[in-house]
Amino acid sequence: MLALFLRDIRLSIHAGGGALTGVIFFLAVIATIPFGVGPDLRLLARIGPAILWIAALLACLLGLDRLFQADREDGSLDLLVLGNNRHMLALTVLTKCLAHWAGSVLPLVIAAPLLGLFMNMEPIGIGATALTLLVGTPAITFIGAAGAAVAVALPRGGLLISVLVLPLTIPVLIFGVSASYGAVADPDPFLQPFLILAALTLFLAVLGPVAAALALRHGTD
Amino acid sequence: MRLIAENLGGERGGETVFSGIEFALGEGQALVVTGPNGAGKSTLLRIIAGLLPVAAGRVRFEGGGEDFPSAASACHYLGHLNAMKTALSVTENLCFWRDFSGAGSAGVEEALETLGLGGIGHLPFGYLSTGQRRRAAIAKLLVSHRPLWLLDEPTAGLDKASEERFGELMGKHLESGGIVVAATHLPLGIEGARELVMGMVG
Repeated sequence: MLALFLRDIRLSIHAGGGALTGVIFFLAVIATIPFGVGPDLRLLARIGPAILWIAALLACLLGLDRLFQADREDGSLDLLVLGNNRHMLALTVLTKCLAHWAGSVLPLVIAAPLLGLFMNMEPIGIGATALTLLVGTPAITFIGAAGAAVAVALPRGGLLISVLVLPLTIPVLIFGVSASYGAVADPDPFLQPFLILAALTLFLAVLGPVAAALALRHGTD
Repeated sequence: MRLIAENLGGERGGETVFSGIEFALGEGQALVVTGPNGAGKSTLLRIIAGLLPVAAGRVRFEGGGEDFPSAASACHYLGHLNAMKTALSVTENLCFWRDFSGAGSAGVEEALETLGLGGIGHLPFGYLSTGQRRRAAIAKLLVSHRPLWLLDEPTAGLDKASEERFGELMGKHLESGGIVVAATHLPLGIEGARELVMGMVG
């Protein structure tokens, strides 16, 4: 399992691996917003957490289609499925998700505080948003894995995955954003939505890989 | 250890490709599957491996013990695709498959030497020629141990010398009690191999 994790991390760093694609997309979206919204600093600060979350969500979806497709194209996926007796397929999928998250999504979380400055956010708001992204984005990857597994056989599955996965990620977005606001706007609570966000991630860490494993198991041809 | 197919049928996209396939292979026995394109050779191998559902009849794998309870867990499946990452070096690829599948009889360097690829382990897999890629994929069979080898056109792209070397490798595998099922158009040079000719149905 560690070998698979390291291999996927190594692949995501290599050229064409997609570790940077997400970050650049994230950067492009956040850098464009102030131009579109105009120079109202208070408005920017107010919508900052929501914009960061939406941009991060879309950037997460961007690289998901390669999660299993790359392995399918070179035949590795067959062997990963055949390894089911040794390593349960759901665990293999979980490992791939974690590697994908560490390779392609973690850079987004690291870039988020810097991009928060673009949105004129307070330090505590930046910290809260980065923290909620750190806790919430794995959930998006886990849901995305199920979508990616369903669409693995389709040559242009990227858009389909986004459409399939986006509605399911809405709860993650809602609780992520409301926790981020809870840290800055006084009467709103931070802890409750944050704990629900953490619970969502844990719940989907089980459900996503199991669903993806089922889809892969029946999707081989 | 025995691999048994009983009245096996396979289908692709809802159409029956073959039916009524029967064979039983014991330790040290090889089956060479031949037939025209589209006769269902690859489908048969994928069904044995458990990658495709059985349409009729059944496949059994007996006597594998705890380590190899099913054909899927006991097999090395060498398909058309090499299952290697072009961005990683040959050694990195092989080390990954060794770690993932469990250690085998030969080390990575040793396996590469055996296939005449010594000294190119550090190159990215994408830089290799077709034949070298195939040989590197065959080296994968050596770095982790599986009693059952399912080979789909294993010698495609190999030169004469490599073909012979591969024939010897299969011979060695059979001597040590392995089972080989190979789908091919070309003679593989396995002595005493049984042949299964698949024809077009209907």
